[in-house]
Amino acid sequence: MSKDWLNALQSQFGNDRVMTETKDTHSYSFDASFGSFVPEAVIQVYTKEEIVKILKVANEYAVPVYPRGQGTSLSGGPLPVKGGIVIDMAQWDNDLKVYPEDLIVVASPGVKTSAINEAAGKYGLMYPPDPSSSHVSTIGGNLAENSGGPRGLKYGVTKDYVIGLEVVTPEGEIIRTGGKTIKNVTGYDLTKLIVGSEGTLGIITEAVLKIIPKPQFSKTMMAVFDSVVTSGEAISKVLTSGLLPAKIELMDQASIEAVENFKPIGLPVNAEAILLIEVDGHEETVNEEVNQIHGILNELGATDVVIPETKEEEQHLWMARKLVSPAITRVKPTKVSEDATVPRSQIPQMIEKLNAIKEKYHVNLVVFGHAGDGNLHPNIICDKRDKEEMIRVEKAVAEIFEAAVSLGGTLSGEHGIGTMKAPFMEMELGKAGLDMMKRIKKAWDPNDILNPGKIFTSDQNNELVLSHG
Amino acid sequence: MDKELKQLQEKINYDKTFDCVQCGYCLPACPTYETMKKETHSPRGRINLVKEYAEGKISVEDLKEPIDKCLGCNACTVVCPTNVQYGKILEGAKHVIEEKRTKSKKEEWVENLIFDKVFPSRKWMKRIGNVSWLYQKSGLQSLAQKIKMTSIAPLHLDQFEKVLPDLPSPTKRKSRPKVIKAEGETRMRVGFFTGCIMDSVFFEINKKTIELLIKAGCDVVIPETQTCCGALHAHSGKVESSRQLAKQNMIAFEEEHVDVIVNNAGGCGARLVEYEELFTDEQWKEKAKSFVEKTRDVSQILYEALDQIEFTRPINDIVTYQTSCHMINVQKVTKEPFELLQSIPGIEYRQFKGYDRCCGSAGIYNMLNYDDAMDILDKKMTHVKVSRAHTIVTTNPGCLLQMKLGIQREGLQGKMRAVHLVELLHEAEPVSKERQVTAISNNA
Repeated sequence: MSKDWLNALQSQFGNDRVMTETKDTHSYSFDASFGSFVPEAVIQVYTKEEIVKILKVANEYAVPVYPRGQGTSLSGGPLPVKGGIVIDMAQWDNDLKVYPEDLIVVASPGVKTSAINEAAGKYGLMYPPDPSSSHVSTIGGNLAENSGGPRGLKYGVTKDYVIGLEVVTPEGEIIRTGGKTIKNVTGYDLTKLIVGSEGTLGIITEAVLKIIPKPQFSKTMMAVFDSVVTSGEAISKVLTSGLLPAKIELMDQASIEAVENFKPIGLPVNAEAILLIEVDGHEETVNEEVNQIHGILNELGATDVVIPETKEEEQHLWMARKLVSPAITRVKPTKVSEDATVPRSQIPQMIEKLNAIKEKYHVNLVVFGHAGDGNLHPNIICDKRDKEEMIRVEKAVAEIFEAAVSLGGTLSGEHGIGTMKAPFMEMELGKAGLDMMKRIKKAWDPNDILNPGKIFTSDQNNELVLSHG
Repeated sequence: MDKELKQLQEKINYDKTFDCVQCGYCLPACPTYETMKKETHSPRGRINLVKEYAEGKISVEDLKEPIDKCLGCNACTVVCPTNVQYGKILEGAKHVIEEKRTKSKKEEWVENLIFDKVFPSRKWMKRIGNVSWLYQKSGLQSLAQKIKMTSIAPLHLDQFEKVLPDLPSPTKRKSRPKVIKAEGETRMRVGFFTGCIMDSVFFEINKKTIELLIKAGCDVVIPETQTCCGALHAHSGKVESSRQLAKQNMIAFEEEHVDVIVNNAGGCGARLVEYEELFTDEQWKEKAKSFVEKTRDVSQILYEALDQIEFTRPINDIVTYQTSCHMINVQKVTKEPFELLQSIPGIEYRQFKGYDRCCGSAGIYNMLNYDDAMDILDKKMTHVKVSRAHTIVTTNPGCLLQMKLGIQREGLQGKMRAVHLVELLHEAEPVSKERQVTAISNNA
């Protein structure tokens, strides 16, 4: 195979910066999802001009390019499924400027998500999107995948905070979308198109993000239920009563039990479900809202409602939620983490369907997550070395997708389509809907060099495969 | 599957690599990912390479450098949400690399000297203690020339030599009794694990450790047949020598019937608490279990005795603390040194950013990977300087030497100092309260 493109890159970057040794290429072959694909070269970038250079070479020689943040993707976003070049953006992490008068932040793509919120915090402001990996993940990755998080319930997700972008197109041109103003209707909203496009349309080199005043006060409560379905009804009732908590997180019995076995915190192990609710805002309003929610929860048959008195006790409860992930993998090592999302009124029905799927395929299915916004996280705990089990898991996952779509929901709330969910796109979007997306891709990236093999099916991913080997 | 591959998988703890879900939560915790800036040098990156090697996808040469460059600080295991046994995977990989490696004459000579002659031998350690460590007058220099190592520079011993303390005279060392009685009433009988470097280069700190222990009501016993803890051997893939050293130590302390086995070196302590995992046969496993249950860091004993001692000399100084990775991440001893420091009157404690990250010393890592270790150290020193502390407290000889080196590299000699926790506690002139009370009542 001719490697003229490699020579071209090496002559522009120098041999040292174009990593091609086995130990390096193999170290950029994975993310936090499934599968491992070895790229031919890895380059770490620090400026937009460097990205322009790489894309011009790649476009000329039609070589696939895979932009990558810190590789925390749960959907295969940065996996180099067709070889080629991985661009590591994570080291370009030093440009971060807060403009408190304009209530905006300007960041380079490698800046960590949590660093943005910390920088805003110095001015009494906050950047709300809070994916649980925010201390690891980069803003570039969050923008590409349009990440969410628990606070999405009240504050929305990444796309709700992006007002302007600088992007390098697949042909190596630098463009700007949006700007620094909240209102902007000049032409098509390319900003929103790029956010969540999973790196298939362009490479983001700078983002202008909106920040908001930090709430002064917050309070946490825990509600215990003897039925998951009732807990789902409680969520719907709270949200239709003129109340908007910052977070409503659900833990089902399997996750409660797993946490208690892992690190006894004193959770009610006999409960079918617990809800963790956080309300934020002004102190008086928060207290009043907590009272109202308390009333609703009792009315709907919560067997117990706990309102911690100290911040330590609150942290203890949130710690329990954080421990779900490590605790459930104690049983078996592989965690298939889904994020199918349904309209909020459909939460109880979705939970019933998930229970049925669990029974039907005898899979170890645990449900927890950001229930308040309909973004449940059904996780299947399995062992990827067990082929027979993994086939059952594949079937169960496919049926979870179908269940969500049939209830008017979506395949993915916040993890992205990537490689794994691509085969199910048509089910949700229909033929024409999917075709419009393909046309957009073709217009932006005629040579299909940017993150090929994602969102749309190709030879590598025309069906869901989770089994190992 | 190929039989050889299967054996390899067992040795390398291949099964444990499946616990890693590659979430990346280890990245911010890893000092080498921070300074080397590549997944190749991140914990999940290394686990992936070990796994691929065990599957026959990459060669041992591909694996070697990333494994060699790991500090083994275990910071990743603390933040890991799925409890991956990284330490086990790393040791498995080192063991296999060590077996496969064809060594050059020079490497063999250095290793033989370090692992077979120096660290297990008390005689050698004494000799090292009596002269400058591993270098100047031990004949190493001339030996090095004889075998055509043109200089000792690859190990950068000259750099370390500059920061070594004044060494005690041989008479002073010989005069140490084997059993030292507690001041006042005996609360417990402790066996003192002296450590190799601690008992040579830092002999004075060991002396002060004993003095503190007797004030805390301990009878201190120093078993003569104790030897090196075996940490450096285990971290270099020399499993069998590590096991032999463990056996010798277990016997040495068992014979003395002590209540507690105390050490003052975070790295050695971490090895001692892992002895049980070295054995599969019941008898030795049982012995190891009892040994591990008795093992404590000196700070744990002194912390428990805080109500029995009083510091009589205030230390008006700004102090910061560089933790020992093996002490906090493996032994899980975290709060005691803080509490002890803050109990000293006069002290202003200031924590620096990244105080709980590896300093780059990591056993003999700073000798084998000098430049990488200095990158890590220099980064640390920028944070130390921000704290404006005058004294850096450590709890392990490797860290102590490394921080001394850091001060020298910054040109801060005379303005900043690095000490062992024991030295600072000793400087505050603790007295046994009980003894004080007795003295007062005698006067009356």
